[in-house]
Amino acid sequence: MDVEILSRIQFAFTIAFHYIYPPLSIGLGLILVLMEGLYLKTGLKIYEDMTRFWIRIFALIFGLGVATGIIMEFEFGTNWATYSKYVGDIFGSALAAEGIFAFALESGFLGVLLFGWNRVSSKVHFFSTIMVFLGSMFSAVWIVVANSWQQTPAGFHIVGEGMNARAEITDFWAMVFNPSSMERLSHVWIGAFLAGAFLVLSVHAYYIKNNKHLAIAKPGFKIALAVALVFSFAQLFTGHKSADGVAKNQPAKLAAMEGHYDSSAKADMYLLGWVNNRSQTTTGIKIPGGLSFLLHQDFSTPVTGLNAFKPEDRPGQINAVFQFYHIMVAIGMLLILLTSYAAWLWWKGKLFDKKWLLGIFVWAVLLPQIANQAGWFAAEMGRQPWVVYNLLRTSDALSKSVKAEQVLVSLILFTLVYATLLVLFLYLLNKKIKHGPAVQAPLEEKEVEANSIRENPIMN
Amino acid sequence: MFLGIDYNTWWFLVFGGVISGYAILDGFDLGAGALHLFLKKEESRRIALNAIGPVWDGNEVWLVIAGGALFAGFPVAYAAVFSAFYLPVMIFLIGLIWRAVAIEFRSKEPGKIWRLTWDIVYSFACVVVTFSLGLMLGNVAMGIPLNEEKEFTGSMLSFFNLFSILVGSTTLALFMMHGAIYLAMKTENRLYVKLTVLAKNFTIFFLVAFSLTTLYTLLYIPHLSDRIRSNPQYFIFPVIMILAIASIPRQLKRGNYRLAFVFSSITIASLLIAVAVEVFPNLLYASNNPANSITIENAASSQKTMKTLLIIALIGTPLVATYTAFVFWTFKGKVKLDEMSY
Repeated sequence: MDVEILSRIQFAFTIAFHYIYPPLSIGLGLILVLMEGLYLKTGLKIYEDMTRFWIRIFALIFGLGVATGIIMEFEFGTNWATYSKYVGDIFGSALAAEGIFAFALESGFLGVLLFGWNRVSSKVHFFSTIMVFLGSMFSAVWIVVANSWQQTPAGFHIVGEGMNARAEITDFWAMVFNPSSMERLSHVWIGAFLAGAFLVLSVHAYYIKNNKHLAIAKPGFKIALAVALVFSFAQLFTGHKSADGVAKNQPAKLAAMEGHYDSSAKADMYLLGWVNNRSQTTTGIKIPGGLSFLLHQDFSTPVTGLNAFKPEDRPGQINAVFQFYHIMVAIGMLLILLTSYAAWLWWKGKLFDKKWLLGIFVWAVLLPQIANQAGWFAAEMGRQPWVVYNLLRTSDALSKSVKAEQVLVSLILFTLVYATLLVLFLYLLNKKIKHGPAVQAPLEEKEVEANSIRENPIMN
Repeated sequence: MFLGIDYNTWWFLVFGGVISGYAILDGFDLGAGALHLFLKKEESRRIALNAIGPVWDGNEVWLVIAGGALFAGFPVAYAAVFSAFYLPVMIFLIGLIWRAVAIEFRSKEPGKIWRLTWDIVYSFACVVVTFSLGLMLGNVAMGIPLNEEKEFTGSMLSFFNLFSILVGSTTLALFMMHGAIYLAMKTENRLYVKLTVLAKNFTIFFLVAFSLTTLYTLLYIPHLSDRIRSNPQYFIFPVIMILAIASIPRQLKRGNYRLAFVFSSITIASLLIAVAVEVFPNLLYASNNPANSITIENAASSQKTMKTLLIIALIGTPLVATYTAFVFWTFKGKVKLDEMSY
């Protein structure tokens, strides 16, 4: 394998693994704000206990997010040096802003969130929780802005030629508010809220199903269900808005998402299907003209197809883009069904009566995770063969001084390290969940006490 | 231009400031981790971990800011440095991963073997991270071969030269001294006494490593001492550094650990300033042909971006300083273990 494919695999692998954690942090952050807010408002111990329980889980998730996130910032330089030179003026600014405005806020207040319960007043602690949550939201802002600029570059001009060409900012705010950044940001945020809410739903459903910690499990489930209900519907709108944007700004990507080749024909919408790129056909269950309707409110309007692009300007893995996109959409619909049904039961006062539904919620934690991953895979593979859309090809973006063997070594290292991390993460998460919301007794309490009455030898 | 200094120079100063901030802040975390296995009792290790617990993550942010600052302000240098140091960077990053998760995982199981395993992983990761930081700094200071396209042309093995290994060892000694002083500040009773002894030993380790590195520099790497030798006013930085280093044993002896910590922070900053004075305006010296060096001129982003970055820094720095101060103030004083502790 060559440097290009190895570097792409390594980037995809490290970013996909990283992206398990930040959405959970953002979504859990929102739920922590709600739980702790309810605690402050009501003063009830159940809210305190559930807040502290989820803070302990938040710590674990956040730790993994930081550990795997720091890799990403340096991987542009290690594997994509030409890209880094090309976009540094723009992309680098967004990353620098992320570090100073978002990550610093988040990590600074994290210490107070995790360890400050007995050290600061409950209001200051609540403030810290809000700051950590806002920090994680701002973090998403700058990262999505940077990525969206790659999808829909704006506010720049190209300086120099050939290998020395690079993009320079002409208008900072046009770069920040590039055509796709806001619609993609809202889509990412909501995907994160759903990831966090469904984690809480899963754990609380597990408790309720097993008749454990009911005093906490039931109200906690309702908080998360409210969040999940609102945002699974909201995601429909941001998703639609994103698709509209892709149709306008990246027609080749949209065509790949629906396996649409013929520019002179109406475009169908598939529920599921298979794209054969050799014969340029897509087969499956479809709504004829569905995509045309979605974009133009008319079933017969032609939509730009893949044939409008030279073969070298089309995404390389059209069927994969199609499949990832459809997995994401299907899960989105499923989440709406699931949360609506549960909300209806809640309204009827029968929310916790159906064991099978609780059983589904236990496993439904995987759904938003899969949808988030699939969505990003569709977005990024659909952008190919460009790393910066219509400006810089992925194959031209590599580090010239890095050899394939080096990337292979680092890729193997990452695979081993991340596999170990995932096993440990799941093991510890499971253990914390099994342990439940009861406050853990301090370990070696006696030893600490014995130490504190020991005399200070310095004073003697 | 801003206050009579051009943007590129400003950004060089900002970047240097961020790197110094990172070295001072994460330096004590990494040092505390590197000496972790010198602490034998379970309780001592827990106190040491909780001394850095609430702050290490915030300290690591400075590395993220430094990476962003280099990427944004000097993208050519960012691209060249990280693609050249491909494997050392990967080892450094994987070390950071293990450092982070070891802190988090260790306390999650009470078993002896579980905890010992994570103690070893944690301490080893901190040593690897610190040493590779020093190794890269050594190579950057000494210079590496670059072609006209500013791409690295040498071999990976060349990074393990004597000078860079010396700088790596000096960094390790420096951080261990700094970490021991920090921990002494945060502990009491027998653990405190133990740490005062460790702090003294690491100070000696540092003085030896530092003297050897300085000697080697003066003898074999003239371009790293030219400017200070020919511009007497710059002697102020080595002098400050030597005064700060000399003050550390005295403050240790008096048990004045807060002041000792200030002096070890000054030592770190003045060391980095001395390096910056020598390399400026280069960011990465081309050892094969100085004309190929990456400088603050040929590596910089557009003037418009440099200006935007300075505005970001001017807004961001007071904010970061405020909440950093708030967190350190919240957790001031000696470590007390409670049910939320590691």
